[in-house]
Order: sequence, then C-alpha cells, then structure tokens
Amino acid sequence: MSLLQFTEKGIYCERANVYIDPWKPVNYAIITHAHADHSRWGNKFYLCHHLSKPIIQHRLGGDIHIESMEYLEKKSINGVEFSFFPAGHIIGSAQVRVAYKGEVWVASGDYKLEDDGFSTPFEPIKCNTFITECTFGLPVFKWQDQKEVFEDINNWWRKNKEEDKVTILTGYSLGKAQRLIQGVDPSIGKIFTHGAIEKTNEIIRNMGVGLNETTYVTPEINKKDFKGALVIAPPSALGTSWQKKFQPFEVGIASGWMKMRGPRRRRSVDRGFVLSDHADWDGLNTAIKATECEKVIVTHGYTNIFSKWLNDQGIETQIEATEFEGEQLEATEKTDAE
Amino acid sequence: MKNFVHLFTQLDQTTKTLKKVAALVDYFNDTSEEDKLWTIAILSHRKPKRTVRTALLREWSAAAANVPLWLFEESYHIVGDLAETMALMHPNLESKHDKSLSEWIDFIIELKDLEEQVSPSSSDALQTKKERVLWAWNQLDETERFVFNKLMTGGWRVGVSQKLMTRALAKHSGIEENTLSHRLMGNWRAETTSYHQLIVASDPADKISQPYPFYLAYAIEVDPQELGNTDTWMAERKWDGIRGQLIVRENQLFVWSRGEELVTDKFPEFEMLTKALPNGTVIDGEIIAYENGQPLGFNVLQSRIGRKNVSKAILKKAPVLMIAYDLLEINGIDIREKPMHYRRSELEKLVKESASEKLLISELVEFRNWEDLVKERANSRQHHAEGLMLKHKNGTYKVGRKKGDWWKWKVDPLTIDAVLIYAMRGHGRMANLYTDYTFAVWKGDELVPFTKAYSGLTDKEINQVDAFVKRNTVDRFGPVRSVKAELVFEIAFEGIARSSRHKSGVALRFPRMFRWRKDKPANEANTLDDLEKLLNLYG
Ligand SMILES: [Zn+2]
Ligand SMILES: [Zn+2]
Repeated sequence: MSLLQFTEKGIYCERANVYIDPWKPVNYAIITHAHADHSRWGNKFYLCHHLSKPIIQHRLGGDIHIESMEYLEKKSINGVEFSFFPAGHIIGSAQVRVAYKGEVWVASGDYKLEDDGFSTPFEPIKCNTFITECTFGLPVFKWQDQKEVFEDINNWWRKNKEEDKVTILTGYSLGKAQRLIQGVDPSIGKIFTHGAIEKTNEIIRNMGVGLNETTYVTPEINKKDFKGALVIAPPSALGTSWQKKFQPFEVGIASGWMKMRGPRRRRSVDRGFVLSDHADWDGLNTAIKATECEKVIVTHGYTNIFSKWLNDQGIETQIEATEFEGEQLEATEKTDAE
Repeated sequence: MKNFVHLFTQLDQTTKTLKKVAALVDYFNDTSEEDKLWTIAILSHRKPKRTVRTALLREWSAAAANVPLWLFEESYHIVGDLAETMALMHPNLESKHDKSLSEWIDFIIELKDLEEQVSPSSSDALQTKKERVLWAWNQLDETERFVFNKLMTGGWRVGVSQKLMTRALAKHSGIEENTLSHRLMGNWRAETTSYHQLIVASDPADKISQPYPFYLAYAIEVDPQELGNTDTWMAERKWDGIRGQLIVRENQLFVWSRGEELVTDKFPEFEMLTKALPNGTVIDGEIIAYENGQPLGFNVLQSRIGRKNVSKAILKKAPVLMIAYDLLEINGIDIREKPMHYRRSELEKLVKESASEKLLISELVEFRNWEDLVKERANSRQHHAEGLMLKHKNGTYKVGRKKGDWWKWKVDPLTIDAVLIYAMRGHGRMANLYTDYTFAVWKGDELVPFTKAYSGLTDKEINQVDAFVKRNTVDRFGPVRSVKAELVFEIAFEGIARSSRHKSGVALRFPRMFRWRKDKPANEANTLDDLEKLLNLYG
C-alpha cells in the first residue's frame, strides 16, 4: 500500500484516513492553501496553516470545522506524521510532508521558489516521493526577478499618471493582488481595489500582516479621485461596466501566461507583465532536484511533456489526474482557482 | 536596432489604430533612410531571403538552452512561433550591442555564403553560421532576440496592415496615401533599391510588372432594399477562386494574386493572353478552376495551389481561367477614377476582342427588383459561387477595403449540429486553453468524427468549453483528450466535398463553430445520413 494514493476524491492517505486538498467532500481534509481549487466546500474537518484559516473560513463560512497549525509543527494520525512546510505560493501556502516509518512523501500543492516579499519563502524538503504541479513545465517559461517586473509596472504607472490616465492592473484576488499591492511603489499615487480584493485584504490585515494602504472602489468616490491612481482588480472585472468609471485608462495583466506573445495579444490589453505565483521551468527542476526524491508524480499542467523530460533525466515520474487547475489566465466562474 | 525593437514593442502592445500610426510616424521621423526602407520592406512582407535553414536553428537553440530537440519541438508546438520559441528558450541576457536594424540585416545576409557549422581551428573567429548566430543570440535581450529571429525566419505578423503603414508613411513623407500604396506594390526589394528611389523619386511607369492596389468589398450590413434605386446598381456572382490581376505591358504577362504575390508561373494557361490583349492592359478578376462551361469547386483549384511545379497532369486535372470583373488600365492609362459603367463597357469590348477561352467576362445577374436578387443569391451554390457582388454603376475603383460602392452579399453557410468529442490545447494565442476541437455526428449509436473547427466562439464560451474539457476528460491520447459526449455545436461551412484524405470521407470548406446549441442534448445532433444528404446536394 502506497503512503499516498490518488483516488476519485483526492490525494488519499489510507493509513491515516485523511485526504490532501480533496475535490470531493471527505471527513478529514488537509489543505495546502486557500485557493478555491485546493480548499473546497463540503468537508467535515479541515486542517490548514494559521494564515490560511481566516481566508478559508471567509470563503466557506464561519461554521466549518477547521483547525490550523504552524509550519514545521507536527500532527500525528494513526502513526502517520503530517507537517507543513512553506510553499512560497501565496500567504499561508504549505507543502504537506507525510512521513511513516522512515518513508516520506511531499504533496507540494502550488509553489514558487522566488521570495515575493509577502508569502513565507519556499523551503525544499527531502523526500522519497514528490507530488508536483507543472503549469509552466516548459523551457520557454523563465521568469525575470520580480524587482525588474515591478520596475516595469512602476514605469508604466508613472507614464499613465503623466497622461492623466488610470492604471488598471489585474491579478486574482488572493495572492497575486496582494503581491502587486505590496510590490509597487506606493509613492507614485493612490492604490484602489475592487471589492473582491479588498475583502481579502481586510482578512489579511486583521491577521496582523502588513499591506500597503488601499482604498475600496465604491460608487460614492468622485471620478476625479481616480486620476493617476492604480486600480487592482480581478481578471473577471475586465470588460464589465465596472471598468467604465475609470476612463481614460490603460489595462495590464500580471500572469505567467504573459510570457507568450499569443495569450498576451489575445487578451488585447495594453500591457502584459510576466509575474506568476507558480514555479517556472528552472524553478520546477531546482525544486525537484532539491528534494533528492526517487519518484515524482506530476498532477496538472504540461504533464505529458514534463514527465517525459524528468524520466529522460533519470527521475522516475508518473502522471496522476487531479482536479487542480493551475494558473488561470481567464475569468471562469471560479476566479480564484489557482 | 534598439529603436526598431522599441517600435515593435509599441505596435505589439496596443490594439488602437491611432497609437500604432503615431508610433510609426515617430519612428520614421527619427530613423535613417536605410532603416526606414527595411522597415517598410518588413511590414510589407519583403524580409531578407532566408540564409540559415530553420532545422539548424532549432538544433542550435535547443543545444544552447540545454534541452533535447524533442522538447524544443514540443515547446515550439505550444508557443506556435519558431522565432519566439528560440527567443524564450535562450538563457536570458542583457543587451550588449549597438548595431542598427540594417546592420543586423546585413549580418543576416552575410551568413549566406558561410559554412554551416564545421568549425575551423580558431573557434572565436566567427567563421561559421553557427558561431555567428550563437554570438548574436548572446548579444541580444529577449525581445531583440525575437526580432532578430523573425528577421532570419520570417512569417512575421506585426499587427500592422500595409494600409496603416502607408498612412504613417504618408504623414511622415507628405506624399499622398494612394500614390504611396501604388509605389509600394509589386516586385521591389530592399536589397536592390533605396528609400529615395522607391518612395520619393518613384515612377510606377518604370515598373512594367507593377499591379494596382486591390479594391475590396465589405459584407453588406443592411437590407439591400435600403441601397435605393435598383437602376444605379449592377450585380454579378461572387466567384470562389483566387482574386487576381492580369497585366500585359511591353509584350509581357504578369499575374498577381491578392496577397501581392507574383503567380505568373503557376498559371501557364494565361501566357496566350499576352498576344490576345493589347499592351497597357490591367484586368481585375477571379482565377477559378473551370471545365466544359462549368466552374469546378474550390477544392479542385486548391489541388494545384501550393505545388512547386505545375505538371501536365495537373493542368489537365484542374484547368483554370480568369473571370474578368473590372478594367483598371487601358492603353497604358490608369482608368480607376472613371465610373464603373465605363470601365465595364471597355472591359466587355476587350474580353470580346481577345476571343480567348481563358478569359471570360463576369456575367451580370439580371434583376428588376431586389426580390429577384434575393432569389438569385439563394441559388449561388448551384453556380459554384459564394454569393453576389453589388456594385454601384458610378463608383470609382478604390484602394483597399472601402464601404459604399461595392458590397459582397454572401450566401448563408451550410450548417450541421455536431457533438464535441476530442479536444486539444491550442497553440500560439490559445496556448493555455483547450481550443482545438473535433466534432462528430451519429451513425446509429456511434459517434463518427468528421471535422475539426476552431474559431467562432466568444472568449467567455472558450473558457466555459475549456473548463468542461478539463472536468469531463474520459481518456487521454498524448495531447488529445476525449471528452464526455455532451456539448453540441452548430458547425457552419462554405462547401462540402468528398475526400479520400479525410477519414470520414468528407472535406468541409471553412468549418467553424457558428453557435453553441446549449438547447440541444447530444442525442439530437445530426447524423451521418444528414451529412450525406448535404454532400449529394452540394458536393
Ligand atoms: Zn492550484
Ligand atoms: Zn494556488
């Protein structure tokens, strides 16, 4: 019996009778992070990191049965030891380390290697089997340092401000939005937020985490006050009437998909900034090597290609289907699925 | 090259016409004549000739990025653009060069006569193609590498039409737009001309092969009734072939396609017209496959397009002729400003006098009222036509796509309701989504795939289908997912023909997703019998 197996409900540990990020309702769910495709509705019990808890409660309702713990803290269930390690993906995101009688598995959820200055930075864990996503598992995906990306974003904002335009920048509400708010230069101008994002900001501030000052866009605000400002919005707000009150404006998208000219042009926005909370090609390879694992399981993304590459490198790799969604460029019904 | 790359970035970042023109004007105002000429050449698809085989570039790029060739190819398939794949794949470096656009182009041209990759004893002498290309990649940052690769490989769509470029050039040079578009037509190459010669001093009379810019029609937007008096309009069939210009000057024949390609060699049957038509004649018409007084389907013409050599067998299997629509030049005089009825009557005379079986007049469709035309349009398919063209009798021959005097009135497409059964990730613009679909119709309780169709959905619908595919995958074969047979789409297409190259035995012309039939369950989609019926009617 494998320590972890892929069942139709999720990643399952039979010995402990718990699931990691299940996509169908179960009794006991260990959650890597608060994105909608990883922490779903309907489980009887949730275990997550302290910083994920209020966000999950906000999304799934205050009456769910949920407990949280710190990174490196251990929880033993029927002899199986579970612990969280930082994944660097978004605030509170964790890799789940599962150990039993000397065998170690890691379910990494979503992760990135670069320190974004907001999430707790990624830490590699030695293990026998490493479960990883590979949304950007192609050698064409190579991220720039976020410092350079934010320089570009700041320059664009400054230029728009000079032209008396509003700068609208999109990123999904949990994670990317806060990374943008924290990464831009707040001395350029005022930062406004869409309602979906401001709610998340409020939860995060209430946890005592510092975040640059933002103002929620309400109908009462005078149109003049938006002039020269930066508006952070979720992708789903693009092309809706909500956007109209900012005219004249320029629109930018911050996403890993902006690396490719095709998706960049198809969105027909003014600017695309390559900024992702997922690992790029080098990041995936570095992370996998650092685990010193014997076996890799890839769950979503360019799974066929990436697993063939790893197998060619002498790292035994298999594909397991899950219902995780990777970085979404488009606004689907579940805008927060990442 | 810095300012050219800057121009490219600006053009790429905006969809707004005004901004594009402004960026071009700024660039032209601040650039050397050499660079200006090359920019015009590139934007009108006259890039330098290829000097390195792309197979080699792929190998070198993969090796420089430390990945196996298969992985390079997979990435290329997803990115959808070779130059971009090579640019993204290369280790990212700071830019460290100051060559101008034309200097880089000279650099590319000079590669031509070098050894490919057999390195001589001194390896830093940059004596082979491989050493030079790798050297260049290491000098350039990511966007510059992309531009450089595009210059080496071609197929570049910058998102600036020739029309926009011409408008900007007119603003910059003070020369009138229509004059410029004519000067920019035809066979010139940046390697052999100069900016001054081409743009400033140009005299089209020098260039006996030079075609005129085509006048293109928009689809009619209103009920034809609203065009007013039937007397002021003429109607003809819209033939389904290749729009072309036939030129006879100084006892030489030139045939141009609408894509500004000189295709004289592809159609040797027209050679006889050199004698049949007087010098100084330019005819606008449609090249179609035609036999025994009957147009043949577009698929027949297609069988000879794209072939390098036009063999005797092909000439026999797919004979062509030109159906003449309009006359642009007579006795060496440009008559585009004369009214349509005048050009038409001159054309009729000319075609009659030519007495050639390779040149027919586009017959007018007679009508007394608009209802007559509605009927004529409905039977377009029986004539192997795509619909009707309406032309104002007093209209001039304009440059490019213009509204007002010409309207195309295409016949409604054929449609069939089909079930989505396979999906593949798109590439290029759609690389992150499942957008390549295969559709099937019922044969008993089995679904038989018969066509792929790509475009036609809104962005929102594409996202919904993408989400459906990800959640309803039944099986995977490499990159292809088979999905639950649930979604029904109305597939529209322009024509249908039997085909031995397709598994289903049918080939559709321009298949596209016309409508998502959310109202229809999968079991109510059309059947193979329905498809056979269409084939018998229109195939
Ligand atoms: Zn995810
Ligand atoms: Zn996530």
